[in-house]
Amino acid sequence: MGVTHKIFCAGFGGQGVMSMGQLFSYAGLLAGKEVTWCPSYGPEMRGGEANCSVNISDDLIGSPVIKQDATVAVLMNVAAFKKFENQVKPGGSLYLNSSLIHEKPSRTDINVYYVPVNDIAAEMGNTKLANMIMLGAVNKIEKIVDDELLLEAFTKVFGEKKANLIPINREAIAKGAASVG
Amino acid sequence: MAVLFEKTKGMTDVKTHYCPGCTHGIVHRLVAECLEEMGELDNAIDVSPVGCAVLALNYFNFDGIQAAHGRAPATATGIKRVHPDKMVLTYQGDGDLASIGMCEIVHAAARGEKITTIFINNGIYGMTGGQMAPTTLPGMKATTAPYGRDVSLQGYPIRVCEMLSTLDGSKYIERVAVDSPANVIKAKKAIRKALETQKAGLGFSLIEVLSTCPTNWGKTPVEAVKFVKEEMIPYYPLGVYKDSTKEEE
Amino acid sequence: MAKILLKGNEAVVRAAIEAGCRYFFGYPITPQNEIPEYFSKELPKVGGTFVQAESEVAAINMLYGAVAAGARAMTSSSSPGVALKQEGIGYISKAELPAVIVNMMRGGPGLGSIQPSQSDYNMCVKCGSNGDYRNIVMAPGNIQELVDMVIEAFDMADYYTNPVVILADGLIGQMMEPVEIKQPEVKREMPEKTWALTGKNGGEPHRIINLNLDANELEQVNIELFKKYAVIEENEQRYEEYKMDDAEYAFVSYGTASRIVRSAVNELRNEGYKVGMIRPLLLWPFPEKAFEGKDHIKKYMDVEFSMGQMVDDVKLACNDKHKVEFYGRAGGVIPSVNEVVDFAKKVMGGAQ
Repeated sequence: MGVTHKIFCAGFGGQGVMSMGQLFSYAGLLAGKEVTWCPSYGPEMRGGEANCSVNISDDLIGSPVIKQDATVAVLMNVAAFKKFENQVKPGGSLYLNSSLIHEKPSRTDINVYYVPVNDIAAEMGNTKLANMIMLGAVNKIEKIVDDELLLEAFTKVFGEKKANLIPINREAIAKGAASVG
Repeated sequence: MAVLFEKTKGMTDVKTHYCPGCTHGIVHRLVAECLEEMGELDNAIDVSPVGCAVLALNYFNFDGIQAAHGRAPATATGIKRVHPDKMVLTYQGDGDLASIGMCEIVHAAARGEKITTIFINNGIYGMTGGQMAPTTLPGMKATTAPYGRDVSLQGYPIRVCEMLSTLDGSKYIERVAVDSPANVIKAKKAIRKALETQKAGLGFSLIEVLSTCPTNWGKTPVEAVKFVKEEMIPYYPLGVYKDSTKEEE
Repeated sequence: MAKILLKGNEAVVRAAIEAGCRYFFGYPITPQNEIPEYFSKELPKVGGTFVQAESEVAAINMLYGAVAAGARAMTSSSSPGVALKQEGIGYISKAELPAVIVNMMRGGPGLGSIQPSQSDYNMCVKCGSNGDYRNIVMAPGNIQELVDMVIEAFDMADYYTNPVVILADGLIGQMMEPVEIKQPEVKREMPEKTWALTGKNGGEPHRIINLNLDANELEQVNIELFKKYAVIEENEQRYEEYKMDDAEYAFVSYGTASRIVRSAVNELRNEGYKVGMIRPLLLWPFPEKAFEGKDHIKKYMDVEFSMGQMVDDVKLACNDKHKVEFYGRAGGVIPSVNEVVDFAKKVMGGAQ
């Protein structure tokens, strides 16, 4: 059996949580792996909360659902942190947006990374880059896909018209990686 | 010998199941004659309802399908969207159209579906044995209104032409009766006009025909015709309720 | 064609258009709204027609008209909406017309929830309208299967002049997976639609009948229908066997539930349990053949997102009701792999 990454992303709408998951999924597809992306949907989206579950695997994916067995959880705001700390399985990794989340998790059986993505994005002059910075940080540690595939996935997810934004996003991924390296 | 009257090619040589004095047969013939005169018998598709006219497709000598109760306008929508060049008509009674199928007829009209509806209003459920219809007149007896329709309990009749004529999608709406030779001739003109409206692709058209049901009304055919004239027409005035065919053309 | 990442609901539309579907009639209901939305965007581009119906009831009856007129057409909905469509499905079945109906199931009963569920098995597989009739029911377990099944559903519907239901769940509708849109592997000789309402064009009128007042005549209609169903039962039993070669215990599961079971099988195998899975790909006809020659299986473990609607079929297929155990979660709750593993261990005892 090969490696399976189970990545759970949560935050509020507008933080690019869903697209973070889609970027990983598409990059996984481009890398020739099996992938699934499952969104939350319905009224839970209306309150502004959003989450998605991504599987990237060398093998056929069984359960696409993440239920306390994530290898990686990315939590982008306090509400997500309060709700989803336990989504990570023991030994897994938790990535927190430390620009907004100032608490520390109670768990000791997981690896925790603090990434101040909003602050880094503000330094770069574009708050919309926060999710790409987080992507860079996660990928640096977890080595899920080649960084370049994330950028190739960028135009798949957002369309060819956004290709001009690739250089700034490449920079965002690098900054994210540097923040945990 | 000169031929004075010939049966339309739009009707089959089948004996109908309609009761003596029932006016379904007249209306069937008018529809078939109009389609024949327009040269549309090869292009016509009938959607028969649930009710007495459920077997209409056997009497019409053109294509037909039996719809679920009240859903003829929806089924006709499906057919017309696939074949915009065919003449599609629904033939519905008052229980079918104005009770269980009110939603479908309103929305078909609102969408401006290019179909023609022949709406038979005889104020009663015929096939099931004389129950109260949405068009049963106040005070009129039915098997489910044995003391006569009491509007304080059973509400008021629905005037379909008046209601549907408020919708922008409906282009030609007229109420006629078949209680006299003169009115039968007028009814035929109305049906022709409605079918022409469809053929011109203008939108939804409906002809309401005040009809008889001697069997369930408990009347003789002659009394039934008199009832249409004296009781029904005053409640359901005849006339053109909507004609925006000029503006559309 | 390279694989693309598609959401299940969008994949339905892409597949249907590939299959030649040009008419869609539907009504909004979560979790399948992307289907009508995407159809409304895509059908005009290929000369097709999208109609947002006034209700699910109207939508199925529009479909009845469109398929009677000879077109390839479909509708979709989710559980409460499919309940409303049952009457129309019965009419289409009686008239022997080809139609495709997609159900992205959500929790029930009643208005229920909008989360993924499999609690419409009875309604769709056993058929929820009046009378004796059968629908072909396909149960995709991933988006590629969903695409393949939707495309084939149109062929099967035309071939057997019978409704075909795609029974998936909200998760399959919402989830994205890599897919390839391709023509079906099975190529059928398609009968000409000589019965279609196209106007009589100088010939005899086409008449699509739903009422037979004569009891003997209607009985004959039923007999003819069931001759057709017998052919379908013989031809269309489809299932996947997963790690069944040396299995002593077998899960039975379909759709998204079968994916959780697949993961559970892998975990149990790692621990030395001789366990596999029979996965029905079609629910009607139920793949009874999958259970033939398997008397050595000690227990069948049915796992569903319901209170156990498939259990009766599994009991009949294995011909031993004492061998069948069930685990399910209802209302839109999805069981975890661990829950399924724990259930299986209880059933199997220490039988490693």
